[in-house]
Amino acid sequence: MMDFAERAKRVAWQTLRTCLRGMLLAVTAIAGLPLLVVSLACVLLLPAGLGVVLAPKSLLVVRRQADLQRRWALEWSGVTIAAPYRSRSTKPTNRLFRVFRRCWWVLGDPATWRDLLWTLVNVPVSIVLGLLPAFLLVAGTWTVMDDVGTLLSEFNNVAPHGFLLQAFFLSMLPACAIGGPWLLKAQAVAASSLLAPTRKEMAARVGQLTESRWDAVDASAAELRRIERDLHDGAQARLVSLGMNIGFAEQMVRDNPDLALTLLAEARASSGQALSELRALVRGIHPPVLAERGLDGAVRALALSLPLPVDLHIELAGRPSAPVESAAYFAIAEALANVVKHSGATRAWVQLQYDHGKLVTIVGDDGTGGAHPRTGGGLQGIERRLNAFDGMVAVTSPAGGPTQVTMELPCELSLART
Amino acid sequence: MRVVLGEDLTLLRDGLIRLLTAYGMEVVAAADNGPELLSALVHHRPDVAVVDVRLPPTFTDEGLRAAIAARTQLPGLPVLVLSQHVEPLYAKELLSAGTGGLGYLLKDRVSDVLRFIEAVRTVAAGGTAMDPEVVSRLLARHDRDEQLGRLTPREREVLALMAEGHSNAGIAGRLVVTEKAVNKHIGNIFTKLDLYPGEDANRRVLAVLTYLNA
Repeated sequence: MMDFAERAKRVAWQTLRTCLRGMLLAVTAIAGLPLLVVSLACVLLLPAGLGVVLAPKSLLVVRRQADLQRRWALEWSGVTIAAPYRSRSTKPTNRLFRVFRRCWWVLGDPATWRDLLWTLVNVPVSIVLGLLPAFLLVAGTWTVMDDVGTLLSEFNNVAPHGFLLQAFFLSMLPACAIGGPWLLKAQAVAASSLLAPTRKEMAARVGQLTESRWDAVDASAAELRRIERDLHDGAQARLVSLGMNIGFAEQMVRDNPDLALTLLAEARASSGQALSELRALVRGIHPPVLAERGLDGAVRALALSLPLPVDLHIELAGRPSAPVESAAYFAIAEALANVVKHSGATRAWVQLQYDHGKLVTIVGDDGTGGAHPRTGGGLQGIERRLNAFDGMVAVTSPAGGPTQVTMELPCELSLART
Repeated sequence: MRVVLGEDLTLLRDGLIRLLTAYGMEVVAAADNGPELLSALVHHRPDVAVVDVRLPPTFTDEGLRAAIAARTQLPGLPVLVLSQHVEPLYAKELLSAGTGGLGYLLKDRVSDVLRFIEAVRTVAAGGTAMDPEVVSRLLARHDRDEQLGRLTPREREVLALMAEGHSNAGIAGRLVVTEKAVNKHIGNIFTKLDLYPGEDANRRVLAVLTYLNA
C-alpha cells in the first residue's frame, strides 16, 4: 500500500513537472516573437550601416534561444539536436574588418535563418503541444473535484450521455500522465527538424573532423619523432659516453691514475647533463608542475620563467580534463614563446577563464604587432593543437601592436579541485 | 692498426678516438656524416671502420648504408657497426654485403673497454663480433631451420658464442669446459653444416654466416 502511495506521488509530481515544462515552452515561444521582429528590423537596417553591428547581436540572441531549445530537447525528451553553426574564422585582421566578418559569419550561416524560421513556427507548435498537457490536467482535475461525488452517489440516476462525457473528461488525467511526455517529445522532434544540422552541414563537419584528426595524428607523430631524436642524441648518448668513460677509467686506474681521474670527472659531468636533458625532455612532454598544480599553477610557473613581466588573471573554478589542460598549456606556452621571440614587447598578459562551456585564454603583449600565422609557424601549431579539441584561435595584431591571441577550448571543468 | 671512425656526436667521437688511441690504434679519419664517411673509407682503406648507424644528413641509417656501399667497393673491408639499438634486419643486410670482418654492437658495449677493443681487433682480423642481443634475437627464429636443427643445444651455444666473436679459449671459459671439448663441438658443427676441412678461420666465418643468415 505504501508502495502504491509512493508511486502515485511520483506520477503526480512527474505529470505536474511535464505540465510546467510545456507551459515554459509556450511562454518562451511567445517571447521569441518580439525577438524575431527586432532581428528582422536589424537586418533591414543593414544598408544603413547600423545593422552591421546590430544584426549579428540580435541574431546571436536568437541563437542563444535556439541553444536553450536544444538543451531542453536533450534534457527533457532525450532528443539530441547538434548545433549546426559554422566556426569563426581565425585569421588576424584589423578591428573594422572584424565587424564585417562577424556580420558575415552570422548572416552567411544558413542555420541562422533556420533559427529565425523556427522562432516563427515554434509559436503555434509550442502553444498547442506545450499547453495541451496543462489543459488535460486542469480539465481532468476539474471533473474530479466537481463531479466525482455526484458520480458515485447518484450512479444510477445519471443519464448515459452525461456519464460518457464525464468519463471522457476523467480519462484526461491518465492521458496527461502518459501522453504528456510524448507531447513534449513531439515538440522536440519538431524543433530538431529546423534546429539540427542539415545533411550538407553534417558532411562539411565530417570533412572538418577528418582534417583536424589528420592534423592531430601528424602533430603527435612529429612530436614522437622529436622525442626519439632528443633521447637518441641526448640522454642516450650521454649515458653511452658515461659508460665508456667509467670503463676506460677502470682500465687506466693503475697505469695512469691521472687520466682515470680526468675520465671520472667527465663521467660525473656527463651524468649531470644526461639528467638535465631528461628533465628538459619531460618538461616538453608533460610538465611536472602541470601534473602537480594544474593549468593555473603551470601557467604561473611558465610566466615566472619568461624574461619579461607577465600579468596573470586566472579564474578557474576547477580543472579541465588532462588532454585539454595539456593542449591549453602548450598553446599558452607557444603564444608566450612567440611574444618573447618576435614581438619586442616589454609586457605581456595572460587571461584565463572558464565561460559558457569554454576555456577562454587571451595572451596579449604590447609589442610591435604584425603577427601572422605563417605556414609551420607557432600560431599555426597552436591552431592545429586546438583544432583536435574543436577549439579555435583568433589573432588581432595590427602593425604597431598590440597583439592579442584569443584561444577557446570547449570543455568541462571538474569542480573538485584535485 | 689504422681506423676510420664515423660518429656525429662530438662527445662520443672524441671519447672513441681517445679510447682507440690509448690501445695503440691510429684513427686516420673521423667523419660526422654519411657521404664524408664513405669517401674517407674509400680514400684511407683502413684496417677497420667503426661506424655509427645513424648519421647526418638524414639521421636515419646513413652510416649503415655508407658501410655497405664501402664494402661493395672495397671487398673484405672490415666494418664494426655501433648503434643505440640493434636490428637483426640490419645485421643481415651487412652480412649479405660482401665478405670480411664484420661486427654489429650496441653502443653500450663500449663501456666494457677490453671486450670492445677485442671486438675491434677480431673484426679487423676478419672475424665476426655480433652483439649478444642480435644473436639471441636471431636464435629465436632458428628452431625451424633444418640444417641448424641438426645441432645439439650445446653446439648451438658454441655457435652463438662464435658469432659474438669469442675465441675457442673464450668459449671454453664461458661454458666452463676444456678447450679440447670446444674444439670437438666446433668440428661437429662444421660437419653438420657441410663445411669441409679448409682454412679454419674461413670455416668459422662461414658457420657464423650460415647461422645468422638462416
